[in-house]
Order: sequence, then C-alpha cells, then structure tokens
Amino acid sequence: MSTVPEIKQTAPLELTLKGTETVELTGSQAVLEAFIAEGVDTVFGYPGGAIMPIYDALYDYNDRLKHILVRHEQGGIHAGQGYARSSGKVGVVFATSGPGATNLVTGLADAMIDSTPLVCVTGQVFAHLLGTDAFQETDVVNITTPVTKWNYQITDATEIPHVLAKAFYIARTGRPGPVLIDITKNAQLQKIAYKGYEKCEHIRSYRPKPIVRKAYVEEAAKLINEAKKPFVLFGQGVILGKAETEFRAFIEKGGLPAAWTLLGLSALPTDHPLNVGMLGMHGNYGPNVLTNECDVLIAVGMRFDDRVTGRLDKYARQAKIIHLDIDPAEIDKNVKADVPVWGDCKETLPLLTKLIREQQRSEWLDQFSAHTRQENEVVITDELHPKTEVLSMGEVINLLNEITGGEAVIVTDVGQHQMVACRYARFNQSRSNITSGGLGTMGFALPASIGAKFGAPDRTVVAVIGDGGFQMTLQELGTIMQTGVEVKILILNNQFLGMVRQWQELFNDKRYSFVDIQSPDFVQLAKAYDISGNSVKQRADLKPALRAMLDHKGAYLLEVFVGKENNVFPMVPQGCSVSEIRLK
Amino acid sequence: MKTEYTITVYTENQVGLLNRIAIIFSRRKINVESLNVSPSEVSGIHRFTIVINETEEVVSKLCRQIERQVEVLKAYYNTNDQIIWQEMALYKVPTDAVAEKMKVERLLRECGARAVVIRKDYTIFETTGQRAETDKLVRVLEPYGLIEFVRSARVAIIKASSGFHEKLKEFEAVEPSEELVENEYLDQPRDIFTM
Repeated sequence: MSTVPEIKQTAPLELTLKGTETVELTGSQAVLEAFIAEGVDTVFGYPGGAIMPIYDALYDYNDRLKHILVRHEQGGIHAGQGYARSSGKVGVVFATSGPGATNLVTGLADAMIDSTPLVCVTGQVFAHLLGTDAFQETDVVNITTPVTKWNYQITDATEIPHVLAKAFYIARTGRPGPVLIDITKNAQLQKIAYKGYEKCEHIRSYRPKPIVRKAYVEEAAKLINEAKKPFVLFGQGVILGKAETEFRAFIEKGGLPAAWTLLGLSALPTDHPLNVGMLGMHGNYGPNVLTNECDVLIAVGMRFDDRVTGRLDKYARQAKIIHLDIDPAEIDKNVKADVPVWGDCKETLPLLTKLIREQQRSEWLDQFSAHTRQENEVVITDELHPKTEVLSMGEVINLLNEITGGEAVIVTDVGQHQMVACRYARFNQSRSNITSGGLGTMGFALPASIGAKFGAPDRTVVAVIGDGGFQMTLQELGTIMQTGVEVKILILNNQFLGMVRQWQELFNDKRYSFVDIQSPDFVQLAKAYDISGNSVKQRADLKPALRAMLDHKGAYLLEVFVGKENNVFPMVPQGCSVSEIRLK
Repeated sequence: MKTEYTITVYTENQVGLLNRIAIIFSRRKINVESLNVSPSEVSGIHRFTIVINETEEVVSKLCRQIERQVEVLKAYYNTNDQIIWQEMALYKVPTDAVAEKMKVERLLRECGARAVVIRKDYTIFETTGQRAETDKLVRVLEPYGLIEFVRSARVAIIKASSGFHEKLKEFEAVEPSEELVENEYLDQPRDIFTM
C-alpha cells in the first residue's frame, strides 16, 4: 500500500520576488503558486487531456502540494467538500474539460446549497477551439452558472494570478460557496512574466458582510428581554462564522433554549443544557411542537428550509421572528422577519448578548423536557435499546457514541441512516457533523469522509452510510486504498432504499416500487481493495465489532445488518405543520 | 396582484453576467417581457432594464437574488408611475400604399411616425413611445400591407434617481472598473497539436 508523501513546507515563490522583479512562469505554474500563496496543502483531482499542463507542473510541486488522485470527479469534489467542512479552509479540486467538468456539477450544487467554500479548476480546450464542439469541449461556465457563487473562464494566462486571488476571496468570504475557474489549455501553456501573488481583499461590486444596523439589534434585544417563551434556531451560519463561543454566550446569558438544523449540528455540544435537539421533518418532538408555541423565534444563520418549517402558513404564526443572517437574500425569503439582523453572526451575536438581560427560564425549559420524556417513551428508548431481535440503526449510533465519547467526526450520507445518525450521534466539538443537507446527495459520505480525514488528520472520522448510497460512489475505495487514508466506514444495511420505502409504506399503501436493492458482499469488496472489514448481524457482536473498527490501524469497513423495515420517527409528514409531528 | 415592474440593475461589464441574471428569472419560470443592456452614464458601469409581470413580493425577492451576484452593484424595481419609459418601433410598408393614400400620411403624422428610409419598393417608419402608442400604429398600418414590424426593449429612467447617480460617479472615481477581457484567440487557429 503506497501512501501520500509528507509535505515539506517551502516558502512560496512570491517571497523571493522583490519590487518590480518578475520571473517567467507558465500559466499552470501560476495556478500552483496561487494555491501555495493561499495556504492550500491538499488538492483532490483527476487528470485528463485539457488539464495536462497543470498536472505536468504539479509533478514539480509534489513536495509542496499534496494531490489526492480520486476515482471519479464527483468523488473529488465531495472530498473537497469534506475537507472544507472539517478544516474550515477552502477545498480545492482539479478536473479536466468535458466529462471531467460535468462530473463536478452534483458536488457544486451540493456545495452551493450548503454554503461550502470550494475553488474548482477545470481544464478547457484551446481558446481558438471554443464553440467548435472540439474533443471534450463542454460549456462548463454556463452549465455551472446556477450552481456556483462565481465562475470565470480564463483564456489568457496573464489573468491567472488575480482571477485565482478573486476566486479564493469570493469562496471563503460572506456566505461561502463554490467557485469554478475554467482555464483553456493555451493559457495553461502560455508563459507570463510573473510578478508575484497578491491576495484579493476587496472587490468593488461585492459586499461580503452587510453593515450591521444597531437599531435592529436593539429592537431584537428588546423583544428577547420581553419574551416569555423565546426559542433559538441555529444553523450552519454559526459554524461558518466561527461564532460557536459567541453563540454559546448568547444563549447562556438569555437562558434561551436552542435547537439545531441538520447543518447546525455540532456547533453546540450535545450535552449542553440549553441544547433542546433537532428541528424539522425527523427532528425532535419538543422543538417542532414548541415552534408553534414560542413567542419570539430567533433564527441564527439558518435559512428556513422547507424540511425545517413544514407547512409555511402554519409555521410559528404566533411568534415574532428575529432573523440573523449574513445573506440579505435569506431575510424574508421563506419566513417574514419582524426584526432582520443582517450581518456576520460573529459580530451581531456579541452585540445582542450585551443588550439582553440575564435570565433563567426554567418553566419554559421544562416544557421541552416534558416533550423529550414523551419522545423517549414512544420513540427513543425503543430505538436505542430495542426489545426486538433485529438491530436498530439507533443502537449502532448509540454504541458508537459510547466508544468515541462524542469526539469523532461523523460523515453521513442521505436517507434513514442520516436522520438516525444526526438524531442520536453525540458531539463535543464543532465541525464534527458533515452531511449533505440541502441537496441530499446520496453517495456524498464516502468521498466526503476521505476529504474530512485529510482536513482533520488528528481526528477519528467515521462515515455512516446506507447500503444504497454506498453503491453510488464506492469506487472511492480505490482512493482509500492508494492513499491509506484512515476512514472508518460504517454501513447500516437494511437491504432497502429505506427512506423511500418508509414513504411508500406510510403514504403509498406499502407499494414498494423499486426500493428493494441488492448489494454485493461489502466486506469482500473492501478486501479486494485491501481494506479490512467485518459484517455483523447479532447484537452480541456489535460492540466488539465497533471497537475493532475504531482500534484498527488504517481504514476499515464494518457492515451492520439492521431491521429491514424500521422507520424513522418522529416525522412531520409533507404538507403538515411542524406541530402536527407524528411520534409513530 | 401581478403588475408590470421595471427592474434596473447596475453591474460591472463582464462576460457571462447576462446569463447569471437571466437564469434568476428562468429558474422560477418567470417570463421576461423586455430586456435591455446598455452602458450607463458612468463609464465602466452597465445597466440592465428588465420588465416583468409579477407581484411586489416576488419582485423584491428577485432583486435580492440579483444583488447577490458578485458583479452586481445595485438592483431597483419600480412600477410604471415611478419611471419615464419609452420603446422604439420600426415599421416597413410598401411605398405604393403610402404614396397613393393621403389618409395613411395623415395617420402617420398623428402617430408621430418619421420616415427613416424611403425606397421605390418600401418605406420604413420609426416611432418612439409607450407600448400602447407603438401598438396603435401596427393596427393602423396593417390594412395597408405592413410587411415587417419590430419593437425595441424598454428603456427607462427612474424619476427619483439623482442620489444614486452621484454615488455611482463617486464609486467609479475612487476605484475605476477593470478592463473587459474577451477571447482573443478565436480567429487565430494555431498550428498546434491539441487533445
């Protein structure tokens, strides 16, 4: 098994250039110099005809840039997302023109809707061939326009340094997002007089941070101080704004119960007394029901996704809404805000904390505990400690918590296992939950876990995946084999496309239409890739198997067979209000 | 209630921005009634004039989505009473019909039309005005063998815009716009191996 060479830190070339001094570089070298100047250490990619000059240059940068060869460009971009989410840095991805570039589209859409900072560089045919249907030519800039925060085509290498500087600046600032830079092959080959790299700190037409309006902050504080039943909803904005500490101070001072969206998960430790659980379709009972009973709803860095709000015309109508967001387009988009607080929550939260009164709201918090007790009785106890012979997904996650102590990064795919893992996994630190939230991309978890491990090499990374999703991107086992990256793959196999099956059971009279999916022997498959593994069906074997997976040096695949027709509850059926949540 | 709104967008001059703005409408299956792109009074800054039929709630959300684009400076939306607007139209009619019938000449004069080209076989008239006015001349000319008709996109000026104009000028003075880079290689096929 070969591994990725260790990176030696070398000073970027720019430091050796003084004043007006220039050095002759190719466009390709200028791209790599930009990466180094931006502090990029890892690139995920796949070579091809139109990006060969960059790969040729990469050959000489091997000691400064770690390149991870993936098995499919979709795997590359999901790995980039995993890297960005676990590290807080910009993920960087290479792909060639044509199919290489179109294979990025799912990942771009995913990163766009989940606000993940990425810079993707695609090769493109020679500039004089643009529009001629040349070999592997595709109009990638236009294809990706709706799914990128910004994109740009470079046909002349002199543009490379400042366009890449803009790309990194746009990707990471404001509400982060994916940026795609398409570089024609002639520009990659072209020689330029390189003047050094200048980071971009400002674009005149771009306002990453809205100006905080103090009047709204004061109005918000007044509402919170007067509230009897204030309720905080927090999303990924807290994590992206690196405002976990500020957020905690805010809710602690106001005695404010706080519930998380799927992407807000892990911004507040699971054990925090004010953490009242998960919002939305498969969220916790209390947060959903009490959304329609609170008097002031404070949304922090979240966008009122339909999976969170359920039916909008019956959503928190009784409450005054305070909405903190960095993206002005989110204010009033789905839920009308009574008090909009535009701004970076790293700035707005402390302003708000200063103005709110210190309060204890034990009666209001008791209401949440009462609902938790009900949910425990009807749902949670059975899920975590089932009396049936078959294993439940919840008990697997529960045992995983016990062994990792809430210290692991959990990467989830999409479906029932995702909902169960997010509901029951415990987290002590931020940036520990990585999942495809907005787009719901099956096949996300395996490549994202590879990236997550490269982004947080000192942490345990567990990819929790269903039997369906795993088969969408399982080619990335090859990447794991070649790089030796230590990811733990936990397949929860219910031998069904479980979430669709659950809907068919509940809403389509059990007409199971094409959800009965067959799987290969996953352990054998892993073995073919030189990855150790095990498969478990019995409860007695589960804990030792999980322990063996985590203790193993290197990547490991553990398949756990769980109940075939288990359902995820509670559930807010589509078209229903959050307070109409069903416990069974 | 749906009404006619004119959206005015100030932007950088950048290849691809038209598409970025257009898809904000098409993504929501909203038809663009009229679209005009032109330089603004401040060099380096471009101006989009877009007409759609929508409710105010939708239009205001669309403007926020437009302003989210990196290269957009500002987007305004206005109802027709808040703007001065005009469209230009061209009409092609057989010269015989116009020359022979005195009535046509009178009608043209009433509509404020002006002859742009007079040839033996056809004459082209031009008129500028609001939709109702340019439409009226179509109806007038139809019986006389109207051959071709074309109308431009709406151009509009916001009545209360002086404040923003000053800001724009200041903005451009502090930080002049970057030069537009276009593909220079299209007409220079090179004798190189490509793959």
